Amino acid sequence: MTTQSSPDAPLNQTQWQMVVADWSADKQAFDMPWGKIMMWIFLLSDTFIFGVFLIGYMNVRMSTADSWPIPSEVFALSLGGDPIPLILIAIMTFILISSSGTMAMAVNYAYRGNRKMTFYLMLVTAIFGASFVGMQVFEWTKLIVDQGVRPWGNPMGAAQFGACFFMITGFHGVHVSAGVILLLIYANKVRRGDYEGKNYDAVEIVGLYWHFVDLVWVFIFALFYLW
Amino acid sequence: MAHVAIADQEQEFHEPATFITKYIWSQDHKVIAIQYSITAIFVGLVALVLSGMMRLQLGFPDSFNFIDPSAYLQFVTMHGMIMVIYLLTALLLGGFGNYLIPLMIGARDMVFPYLNMLSYWTYLLSVILLLASFFVVGGPTGAGWTLYPPQAILSGTPGAGAGITLMLLSLGVFIVAFTMGGLNYVTTVLQARTKGMTLMRMPLSVWGIFTASILGLLAFPALLVSAIMMLLDQQVGTSFFMPALLSLGEQTDYTGGSPILFQHLFWFFGHPEVYIVALPAFGIVSDVIATHARKNIFGYRMMVWAIVIIGGLSFIVWAHHMYVSGMNPYFGFFFATTTLIIAVPTAIKVYNWVLTLWQGNIHLRVPMLFSIGFIFTFTHGGLTGLFLGNVVVDLPLSDTYFVVGHFHMVMGVSPIMVLYAAIYHWFPLVTGRYLHTGLGKLHFWLTFLGTYAIYLPMHYLGFLGVPRRYYAMGSTDFIPDSAEPLNASITVAAIIVGAVQIIFIVNLIWSLSKGRKSEPNPWGATSLEWQTPEIPPKHLNWGEKLPVVHRWAYDYSVPGVSQDFIPQNMSEAEVERLKT
Repeated sequence: MTTQSSPDAPLNQTQWQMVVADWSADKQAFDMPWGKIMMWIFLLSDTFIFGVFLIGYMNVRMSTADSWPIPSEVFALSLGGDPIPLILIAIMTFILISSSGTMAMAVNYAYRGNRKMTFYLMLVTAIFGASFVGMQVFEWTKLIVDQGVRPWGNPMGAAQFGACFFMITGFHGVHVSAGVILLLIYANKVRRGDYEGKNYDAVEIVGLYWHFVDLVWVFIFALFYLW
Repeated sequence: MAHVAIADQEQEFHEPATFITKYIWSQDHKVIAIQYSITAIFVGLVALVLSGMMRLQLGFPDSFNFIDPSAYLQFVTMHGMIMVIYLLTALLLGGFGNYLIPLMIGARDMVFPYLNMLSYWTYLLSVILLLASFFVVGGPTGAGWTLYPPQAILSGTPGAGAGITLMLLSLGVFIVAFTMGGLNYVTTVLQARTKGMTLMRMPLSVWGIFTASILGLLAFPALLVSAIMMLLDQQVGTSFFMPALLSLGEQTDYTGGSPILFQHLFWFFGHPEVYIVALPAFGIVSDVIATHARKNIFGYRMMVWAIVIIGGLSFIVWAHHMYVSGMNPYFGFFFATTTLIIAVPTAIKVYNWVLTLWQGNIHLRVPMLFSIGFIFTFTHGGLTGLFLGNVVVDLPLSDTYFVVGHFHMVMGVSPIMVLYAAIYHWFPLVTGRYLHTGLGKLHFWLTFLGTYAIYLPMHYLGFLGVPRRYYAMGSTDFIPDSAEPLNASITVAAIIVGAVQIIFIVNLIWSLSKGRKSEPNPWGATSLEWQTPEIPPKHLNWGEKLPVVHRWAYDYSVPGVSQDFIPQNMSEAEVERLKT
């Protein structure tokens, strides 16, 4: 049922021969459910959206005449005394990457058919995601209220700093928020037992989206905060 | 848990019962295709009228006082934007893509019918937003279809307020609609083919639409992001694209943005967009030519790879639209090289169409006439593209009527020729009736000759140096007086060609109820869409069992077989019985 190549194909095919066999076969090019392949294609398209955002940001950062604010100073946070550079972002990044770990575990338990653990781990992932968004709200509030950063200008340097920051992290934050909502919806479906005796592909598909959002954050972190 | 390929699954049948679920909130790909087509043709007619108004001003300057310079720029902008995106992209992918993909690959529907329905309604919303801009204060935007900042959002440009806002919003909504549709088309082609339908047995129409959908999914993000950034520049006051500048004598609040960045992003979308329109047309015309020449398409594998290679190359040529924007000469060299390389797979396609016709049993029916017309117009448009792809030749010709003539020939007239061929070809499948042949031939000859009367002189105007987008020439030393009557003659031809399209609309409406009834497979075509149990195909297309495919889509005039075509779903045993 699962193999694509014809029954009389030799068993000692190399990887590439198997790829060729899959692609020259009828019915389907990938042995996976529709939702999953569609999520992969959507993520490819979304990669281009974030790619263009980041390239646009790099372009304006290089072409603007004013000096660019130093991220490690702008994003420093005082925790009882001296300002610690990038501490909030470090915590946010740690939480988001941890949430990818819990998501991967959820997918694992889903395929083992462990409904309860899947539900709890998806819930934990959603809580991690929600706390990431919460900290982002805190970060935005601090920048806007305390440091006077606006999309059209800021006291530290180039106006594009705020514009790029709010646009890119905002767009990413919307993705995370959508992911949290998706996770809650599908966690609830898992809890109700909608997938009992059928398949848990949906959990993996939500997982794909979640890992993607996480991966995008790594690039935003590297290119915006560390550069 | 393993999953089961669609062709091996049991089917559930439930027909939509009420009028509303059947024709309005329909999830049937055929109904959605027709909804897409009617909407696209409607906005296309609006854009056609706009082009007529532009031509009136250009041909007979100062004779029509309802066309002031602002209105003229608005007509130019809306004509271009509607034609490229809301007509051609929507009709070729949303219309023909939706109708043909499931039927041609032997599927019952798109893989996600609900998403497909949502795609149409979102597209309709984007059209409504677009048309709404005609009725707001200041009118629609007059920034030119490329919407270059800074002028697109500065107050001196017509429609700089609500007009450009609605335009950008409408584009954003359109991209969401396209993404929902495009994901469906790509997944359907990859995963929902019937037994025996390998990728290399798919008709070229499916290959063209499939590749174009992938291009769309990867190219539209650039437009989406630039629309978001420009919207922020306009509404919030960010400076992504806006440098520090004076507007109407006043210093603006913008500082340090990069207008060139917008051009790069726009054309990173804009050039693949040309092929989003052209590739489905390439595919469809191949099938129409093979069917009406009763001959297999010449070099099928080459045709497939040419489509794929053109699609890939289209992402690395964008800056040839920006030679005059100023760039490092080495970049110009790189983009000129990649641009000229595209001529190779494109020429392969043109040769193969001609070689398919060569010694074929050509039936000069209306779809075939339009297809042959396409080969002419596309070759002419493509050849002028070779001029413009070279930096040194492009510099003097850029932003003249030579460019206007070039792109109208290559991506205006040519895809529209194919669209007409496709409509005349598949009308019997969709409705069970023929379009009227006499009216069709009249429509073809007037349109074909008329487009030459319009666009050939434009190349000459371009050599004279007549700039595009100008409201009126005034008295200019370097443009000879002879340009004036030439412009007038172009306008007369344009008005005639525009009016001729009424023949087509009348033909469509008349044939819907009065047209001659067609046989089930009137053209003797091999591809699956004509092999459905009922013509027009019913809901879920295939009755009880999915078809099984035994061969490629081009078994025409096979020697030793009594019938001059062998449908894709005919088994070897059945073919044996036809042997003489």
